[in-house]
Order: sequence, then structure tokens, then C-alpha cells
Amino acid sequence: MEYFQVMNFDRIREKLNILADAAKYDVSCASSGSDRSNKNKGLGNASKMGICHTYTADGRCVSLLKILLTNHCIFDCAYCVTRKSNDVPRAAFKVQEVVDLTINFYRRNYIEGLFLSSGIFKSPDHTMERLIAVAKKLRDEENFNGYIHLKSIPGASDELMYEAGLYADRLSVNIEVPTISGLKLLAPDKKHEDFTKPMEKVKNEIVRYQSERKVIKNTPKYAPAGQSTQMIVGASGESDKDIMYSATYYYKTYNMKRVYYSGYVPVTHDSRLPAIGSQVPMLRENRLYQTDWLLRFYGFSIGEILNNQFPNLDMDVDPKLSWALRNLHHFPVNVNTADKQLLARIPGIGMQSVHKILQARKFRKLNWDHLKKIGVALNRAQYFMVCDSRLWERRDMDADKIKGMILQQSSGKFRDQYSAQLSLFN
Amino acid sequence: MNTSTTLVYDGSFNGFLTSVFVAFDEKINVADIQKNNQSQNGLFSETETVFTNVEKAKRVWNGIRNKSHNAISNVYFAFLSEAEGVEMMLYSYIQKLMRAKSGKNLDYSDSTVLYIAQLAKKVGREKHRMEAFVRFQLTKDEIFFANIEPDFDILPLISKHFRDRYADQKWLIYDVKRKYGIYYDLDHVEMVSLNLKDIHHNKTVKSDSFASEEYECQTLWNDYFKRTNIASRINPKLHKQHVPKRYWKYLSEKKEAV
Repeated sequence: MEYFQVMNFDRIREKLNILADAAKYDVSCASSGSDRSNKNKGLGNASKMGICHTYTADGRCVSLLKILLTNHCIFDCAYCVTRKSNDVPRAAFKVQEVVDLTINFYRRNYIEGLFLSSGIFKSPDHTMERLIAVAKKLRDEENFNGYIHLKSIPGASDELMYEAGLYADRLSVNIEVPTISGLKLLAPDKKHEDFTKPMEKVKNEIVRYQSERKVIKNTPKYAPAGQSTQMIVGASGESDKDIMYSATYYYKTYNMKRVYYSGYVPVTHDSRLPAIGSQVPMLRENRLYQTDWLLRFYGFSIGEILNNQFPNLDMDVDPKLSWALRNLHHFPVNVNTADKQLLARIPGIGMQSVHKILQARKFRKLNWDHLKKIGVALNRAQYFMVCDSRLWERRDMDADKIKGMILQQSSGKFRDQYSAQLSLFN
Repeated sequence: MNTSTTLVYDGSFNGFLTSVFVAFDEKINVADIQKNNQSQNGLFSETETVFTNVEKAKRVWNGIRNKSHNAISNVYFAFLSEAEGVEMMLYSYIQKLMRAKSGKNLDYSDSTVLYIAQLAKKVGREKHRMEAFVRFQLTKDEIFFANIEPDFDILPLISKHFRDRYADQKWLIYDVKRKYGIYYDLDHVEMVSLNLKDIHHNKTVKSDSFASEEYECQTLWNDYFKRTNIASRINPKLHKQHVPKRYWKYLSEKKEAV
């Protein structure tokens, strides 16, 4: 059994500490969407649904070994902990060291694979080449079929982006700042095109490979788990509308599999950014993800949820409830007759419940009891639906009243953060 | 009056399916289906011991599968939950399934169907968790070894996952609670029972059964686990929800917490 070939345990440990610490602000940890199977009795495969092997104390999933190749960087982006002007310890892994760490962690079932990012040293192309070298070594020399997520380095050439996709399951460029004006302010060294060019190339290759696969079945895989990107929330004063319109743009234009929203964690002192110690906007992040889901799975269009009249999401209720309260004329919906799309728009009914309702109502008309057992959140849903029962909310209530009733009868984990009521004993 | 009968089987899944076959075949009015080590005689029912017959079991398996693929996996998963009285619930589930015109559309507003579906889901969740939470430790004789203590009997369900994934290393996963394991010898997976001297959960003393580099690797993993946490977002409740405490003693990254 091969172990660390160039092993110097203490040195590796030190590097791992520095380079894992610097990589943790990247929120993507998905290991899903790729179904690479084990070849020639080699090591590993990529499970279609992804596996979270453990969770950190902040409750985030750990499914990949997420590290930087190096935190040396020639850029000076304000939001980034490894920016050139920040005084932090620096380190760099050798290619073989990353390979050894990945294999040893993988064999013990700690991880699904590797997520490799890097500070930009020398040039974007030089950095991208090194990232590819790691992936190539894992695939070709170690016969490793687990998940590999590589960062597309902004400004990397088309040739390198092409090569990266041949070894990686997923590629991602983090746009970080949702607006072009914000980018100019916070990352003056980078141009918007530096981010979009690699995205464009990868998208085109994915499309090409998919169409070739239809003709030739054994076309090799090219980035089978697609592309993703990430935006920082709460760093440069943008509205929820700015963020979600920009996210929608990336979903549509570059066929993104995922856009991640990362509440900004202050890491450096900079007058352009929130001070160190300010609260991470976790509730806002949560609302943005809820909106993202409504757009991708519930058939909502962006303009219905965010527009010039409502540029920011409600903090005290979820975006679907908020939309429903503004559009009471669509309700109440009859769960025993309404079609799938309409069911999905009732607050408190998720897609799982929608499917179960569609199944169950073939057999009988559903009443409150059935819906409760199915798992509908009746505390919200009851105001927006009728079912097979004489007991339904027939009081003629306006939106504010309904909202008040719902808030009164429920509890939320973020409630203390936005409660307008002053606490008596603080 | 039609007397009812309690069927007693050997505790295996095939044994259970054979009981279902016998019940259908002989048109028995079933009072209960019980494992032979925990059978109780009813006051007003007779007892009949069922001998496991793979042929008969297979016919029931195929019968259910032809109705619906989803149903057969529900039946198998729910059976492995070892829940008390699950056999009768499954029997009634299978009766309902056989009466239905098509097994595709199951009635989730029926309490038996919902119960079995939910039970199967619980077992499925445990299966998925074990695929995540198994932590191999490399022994001196180059076997990747893991102890587990799952709520349900999920070893038969995870064997394929590990065989597909770790095709080039020998591994052994041992269920401490049910006292059996599965071992892969680079060729086949087989069931084994061991006479374990000690159970390898987290402790401060290093065992000499493991390779010297094993503990170095665990240290690196523990470091990584700590470093990847963002302190300003700490959320212990969410953490415990995802990684319930009962699993901690076998997770090397939780060594310090245990």
C-alpha cells in the first residue's frame, strides 16, 4: 500500500492547516450530479446523489477535501483572505502531496473527492496548469474515479479550460461580486470578462460533448457535474434583486448547475467592507436560497418575487409566503382539484408534498388529517387552501392579518434576529 | 369459526417471504407472523412453524416486484428496520398491493401504506448515513476496518456501494450490535462473524492492531475538520441534527468531543 511518498508529516500538517483554512469560504461542497463508475477495479466512483461524510460545527456539509494549492496570490481583492496585502502565513502544496492526501482520505471513506482551488501565482495559466496536473495525476496514475472539483482560474486560456474539463467532474468560477460596479470597487485587478470567458468555454464544451454523446456513445466525459459559481452577499451593498437577477443571468447564459450565495464573513480590515466582527447575514443568505429554489423547482419567475416595487426579500417570512400574501386573489386553492403548478404555489406545501397529494387524491378526497400526515405545514397552508372539510379558514382576512396569525402561531430559528419587539431584559 | 394461525419463521427475509407464500397458498387467517426466537403463543390461535424455502420466497419477491419496483424495495427496507410487529404490517401491505390493479400508484392516505413507506424511508436514511459515516482504519495486515452500530440492520444494503467504490482494497465493516460483518477480499463480499477482542471506537489509547501511519492520517483528518469550520457561523444544533450524537464514537473527527 503506497503511503505518503514524499512524506514529511509535520510539514504536511502545517500546510494543510494553512491551506484548508484559506479554502473554507468557498461554500460549494456538492459531490452530486456526476455518475462516474469504477473503472478496471480502480479506486472510487462518484455517487449520483452525492454523500456528505461529516458536518462542521457550523452545520455545513463536508464531502470533499477542500484546499488551496497555494495561498500565494498576485491579486489584491478586498473581500479575500489571501489577498496580496494581507499579512497571513503562506504555503504551497506540491502536486504529489495533494494527490497523497486525497487518496489517503478517500480510502478511509472520509471524503467523496477533491475540491482544489488556488491563489493565483505567476499567471492565471500557470496556476491552472498546476491544478490540472493534480487532477490528471489522480485520474491517470492512481486510477481514481472519485469526484474532482477544480476552480477555473479567472483569465485562464481556452485550451487549459478544455483540458480541465476532461479530468474534473465540476468546474467553477466564483463571480463573488454580483454587480460589475461592485467588482470595480472591490477587485480592481480583475475584469468581468476574466470570469465569464472560462465559463463560456466550459459551457460550449459541455454542450458539444453532450451532442456528440448522442451519436457516439463512448464519448469521454467532460465536466459531467457541470459548472457552478458563488456570490458574496452583504459585502458591497447590493439589493436582493441585484443578486437574484444576476444569478438568473448565470443560470440562463452559462447553464449553471448551481449558484451559491455566501453571507460575507469579514476577514480583513478594509474601509470598503463591513468591519471585522459584524454579523454574518445568515438569514438573508437563507432567503436567497429559498428564492433560488422557487425559481428552479417551483415554476416561479424572478419578476414575480423581486421587482422594482419589491427589490428586497421579506426577512420575517419566506419568499413564497411573501408572494402569496401579495397575491391573495389566487387563493384559496382547492387541493383536491388544482393542478401541480398551482399546488406548488401554496405556502407550506413543498414539492414532496405536491407529489404525495397528486398520488393520494386519486383514491379519495383529502381532508386536513390526510394533509397533516402527508407532511404539509398547515400553520401556513391553511389560509391559502380548501380541502374536503367544512372547517376551513373562511374569515375574510387581509394579508397583514394572515401574516400576523402565522407569525404568532409559529416559531422560527432566526426570529430573534429581526424581531421588532424590544426584548425586556437585554 | 375460522381459527387464526400464528406463523413462526427463522428471522431471515427469505423466511418471512416464505411465510407470506404459505399464508396466501393455504389461505390462512393470519393472527401474527413472528421470529422464532421471540414467538409468543396467542390464546385463541394455533401456531405453525414455517420452514424457509428459497423457491417460495422468490415467487413472492417476483410477485411484488412485478407489481412495482418501488414496493419491493419498500418491503425489503422496512423489513430490515426490525421494528416490532413489522411483519404483520408488511403482510397487510402486500395484501393491499396484490389487490390493487396497478402497484404504481399507491395510496399514501392509507395508514399501512404510509407507515411502510415512512419506515422504509427511515431505513434508507440510515443506509445513506452509514455510507457516509463508516470510517476505515488501516490494520497492520492491510485491511481497511470499520466498526458500526446502526439503528437498523443495513449491512446488506450498503455492501454494493462499498464493493463498487473500494474495489482495489480489502475492507471489513463490522456491525457491533448485530455481531456480524461484511468482508471484501478483492474478489467477493462475504458475511463474517468475528470474535472481537475490543471494539474500535474513539479512545485515547492507540491500538497496536493498526498500521503506524493510521494515526497520522487521523490527525490530518482531525486538523482538516477543525480548520474547515467557520467560527463566526457556529451552529451546534444544526451540527447535531446532521451528525446525531449516537454516531460520534465511531467518527474519528469527533474524537475530542467524545
